[in-house]
Amino acid sequence: MSKVRGRGVAAVNYPTGMNLGGDPSQALVHATTTGNFVVSLSSTDLGQGLKTVMAQICAETLGVPVETIIIDTADTDTGPHCMGTFASRGTHRVGNAIIMAATEAKKALMDVAADELEVDADDLETDGKGNIQVKGAPTRSMPVFQAALAAHFKHGKTVSGRGIFLVQRSYPEPETGHMRPATCYAHACTVAEVEVDTETGEVAVLSLKSAYEVGRALNPKMVEQQIVGGAWMGMSHALYETTEPYYPARDHGPVDFNEYLMPGPGDIPEFQAAILERPSEDGPFGAKGVGEMTANSPIPAIANAIFDAVGVRVDSLPITPEKVLRGILEKGIASSEQRK
Amino acid sequence: MARVPVTFTVNGDEQAEFIAPGALLADVLRDKLGLTATKIGCAQGTCGACTVLVDGELKLSCLIPAERVEGASIETLEGLAKNGAPLHPVQAAFAENFAAQCGFCTSGMILAAKTLLDRNQEPDRAAVVDAISGNICRCTGYEPIIAAILAAAAEMRGRKSA
Amino acid sequence: MEHVKQFFASERPEGLKAVGVSEPRSDIHGHVSGQTRYYADRTFPGMLYLMMVRSPHHHARILSVDTSQAEKVPGVVRILTHKDVPKNVYTILCLIQVEPDDEPCLAADKVRYKGEQVVAVIADSVAAAREAVARVKVAYEELPAVFDVEEALKPGAPLVNEFHGQNWFVYEGHHCRRVRHGDIDKGFAEADFVIEERYQSSPIEHAPVETTGCIVVPEANGRYTCHSNTQALFFTLDNSALILNQPFQKLRLVGGTVGGGFGGKVDVIVEPIAFLAAMLTGRPVKYAFSREEEMQVSSPRAAERIYVKDGVMRNGRIVARQVRLYVDAGAYSRHSPYGTTKAAAHMPGPYTIPNVHVDCHCVYTNRTPSSAMRGFGVTIGDFALEVQMDKLARLVGIDPIEFRIRNAYRDGDMKAHGETTKGAALIETIQAASTLAGWPLSDEARRASSTAGVVR
Repeated sequence: MSKVRGRGVAAVNYPTGMNLGGDPSQALVHATTTGNFVVSLSSTDLGQGLKTVMAQICAETLGVPVETIIIDTADTDTGPHCMGTFASRGTHRVGNAIIMAATEAKKALMDVAADELEVDADDLETDGKGNIQVKGAPTRSMPVFQAALAAHFKHGKTVSGRGIFLVQRSYPEPETGHMRPATCYAHACTVAEVEVDTETGEVAVLSLKSAYEVGRALNPKMVEQQIVGGAWMGMSHALYETTEPYYPARDHGPVDFNEYLMPGPGDIPEFQAAILERPSEDGPFGAKGVGEMTANSPIPAIANAIFDAVGVRVDSLPITPEKVLRGILEKGIASSEQRK
Repeated sequence: MARVPVTFTVNGDEQAEFIAPGALLADVLRDKLGLTATKIGCAQGTCGACTVLVDGELKLSCLIPAERVEGASIETLEGLAKNGAPLHPVQAAFAENFAAQCGFCTSGMILAAKTLLDRNQEPDRAAVVDAISGNICRCTGYEPIIAAILAAAAEMRGRKSA
Repeated sequence: MEHVKQFFASERPEGLKAVGVSEPRSDIHGHVSGQTRYYADRTFPGMLYLMMVRSPHHHARILSVDTSQAEKVPGVVRILTHKDVPKNVYTILCLIQVEPDDEPCLAADKVRYKGEQVVAVIADSVAAAREAVARVKVAYEELPAVFDVEEALKPGAPLVNEFHGQNWFVYEGHHCRRVRHGDIDKGFAEADFVIEERYQSSPIEHAPVETTGCIVVPEANGRYTCHSNTQALFFTLDNSALILNQPFQKLRLVGGTVGGGFGGKVDVIVEPIAFLAAMLTGRPVKYAFSREEEMQVSSPRAAERIYVKDGVMRNGRIVARQVRLYVDAGAYSRHSPYGTTKAAAHMPGPYTIPNVHVDCHCVYTNRTPSSAMRGFGVTIGDFALEVQMDKLARLVGIDPIEFRIRNAYRDGDMKAHGETTKGAALIETIQAASTLAGWPLSDEARRASSTAGVVR
């Protein structure tokens, strides 16, 4: 019996948004008279943390503390249209809609504050702490919520904004396929190190070392969540999962988690990641969608590492111990081991 | 069908309900008692989302008929920081370490972690892995959960010696 | 996690305050305290449970349906067949003008995959619903089935879906989505080496810990509210209204907190029939997939078969890439016509290749319809392309990382689908990964850049 190590690499890119565009999202922002800003959406959070990042985007645009942002989602009666959360579109599309809405709301707010403070609106800025102050003369200021109150009760003005972001839909040319799939792409490169047991064909992933180019990491810890969770799912896809183990025959399809295999907490590799940022031209603060890409590069990296280790190509997923062992036996490695 | 009475303690409070015979503990906790932190992911006993404590032991509530726990003491996630009490160190560590994304497995994970730390104040990584091996997470890749539990263990040791 | 700041620094404005910060998740307190509310964390008085009678056959004609014994089960309130569904045959991408409608909400004359919905039983308890489902008698005449994508395309293969009339989706008169760039035959003729390889994946499940489900509640004002874990509220609302032949404004979707999606909650599967059940019974109705249904009946990622034929020069430049790709859509379109186009758009990968020929087929077979999953249209393509890159590198005797950098796309390069490359960063990403992994690079590879160099 021996365990043999190998290393493999894969490099990929991934488009942001629904393929070919045509997937708008809207957002509404309004100031309450209590110092909050409500962002009304009909977008869904699947766990990737959309509700948090949207609040950060709104806070950055308005220049107010993120704690004052309330994300109100999802209800089709009160939230304006959103195409949905898929295709790594949420941050890009919904984020841009929020920037547009918050920009309009901010202008209304600053116009009222300008009146209250008797200056030009252009001479004002928000301090990120909940106040509106005169540029260069921060002692001349008023709390944001006071401006919102004044807008409502004194000036009779709304402090609110509307936003929409739409990438115009592209129609593929039928003969050549000329089309515009996306306006920006994220990138990933993974180096996988594996150890193959030549007696059983089992593959342990020792490490995954990856670099990700994400446009702009709006919340680095949450980008890390996608990276680590995605890498795990990629490893699972490469080595464990199938609903049809004898595809294309449909026999023995798993019906519970005893039969549908995924790596457990004891199977996870050492993980290292690096983030690069090349801001997209049209993403919110340059962000690109990353939720899907993170599962993709580990899969071929692991396959290539297995070849590097034992000289066996398994060109079908999942790469089960059975397939690896058959390859090893065909190459005669195991039989020569047994002869020793 | 005639309902049957069942009585047990949940998070320190005595509960008495009339339930359909064979009703699962998970359904009684969620639908009758409104304690929805306990989730049902599979109803097959293979994902761990429905984990609760029954008389101090970790159990899968999707496999237990409620009548079987007549008279027992049950703990759910809601009992960890009851009625606005400060978060248990395990809960706080999960929050600080970004150890949840969709949150659906979190209840079972935290109870499994808490039970480990009640018994073993100095778990190594292998002990943590073993403790959560009955809980499936599809989002995080487990690493932040392991980190959170080790951090909670360190925090709890620190408090003890303080 | 390391932040590699030196690349593209001039393109990154600084001074952001609220973004670029690892703000704690707004939902984390709810998650760790158990207060986060998912769709099923609600009870409604009088709620009914919907369970499905499903086809045990891969492909069969339905001869008769007898619900008389099921109706007698105490607790059963209503049983629905295709006759109750106002617009029974639909396709979810009709909203983006994909045709034809090809999927019944409840099977009418035929079933096309094992597990397909046939009869909906609505009862006041799960136990009663389950009992009634077991008592519905459906008589089938089994038909020959086809499971292999290339077999399905051959003349004489069993026809899976009569609404299409053939076992493939038609793209503007073509049997596949095509990309044509340069002259593929000339490219192969010029190449020093030509290899063709075959790659195969099997379907995989999203397996979120929370299964697909919804609860529909009739409201006092005559409207209906659906609490759902769908990933796309309006997409679900619009399709449901079309299937029910109801004014859109009568329906309301509430959700936004999902226990894992991964693309598995964008098929509009549970909501339309739950809406119908609520409308016909006047009571709240819950329809949730069991784990077994989630695994074998809910749509998986499509299995794909991909042939990649490459022509490569001794110096490592790929001069021709021909891709023949088959998406196993299963019995119904769902999102596959879109995903197959996305697969074509992704080719030939982030590399600049002067001659590219792509045919991506969306093929119907007698299996659970596949649909969107994390990396839709791209994940399996990347598996094929990146294993192929490894084979090519070894064939020409060049380090696998150097080989990729040599072929990587750069700003200004023409892509196979006619767009000009911009915002490229593959080279820098590879450089950063090689540093992290301690994989040595040549000076040439270290000096390479996405933003400088000859446009190709």
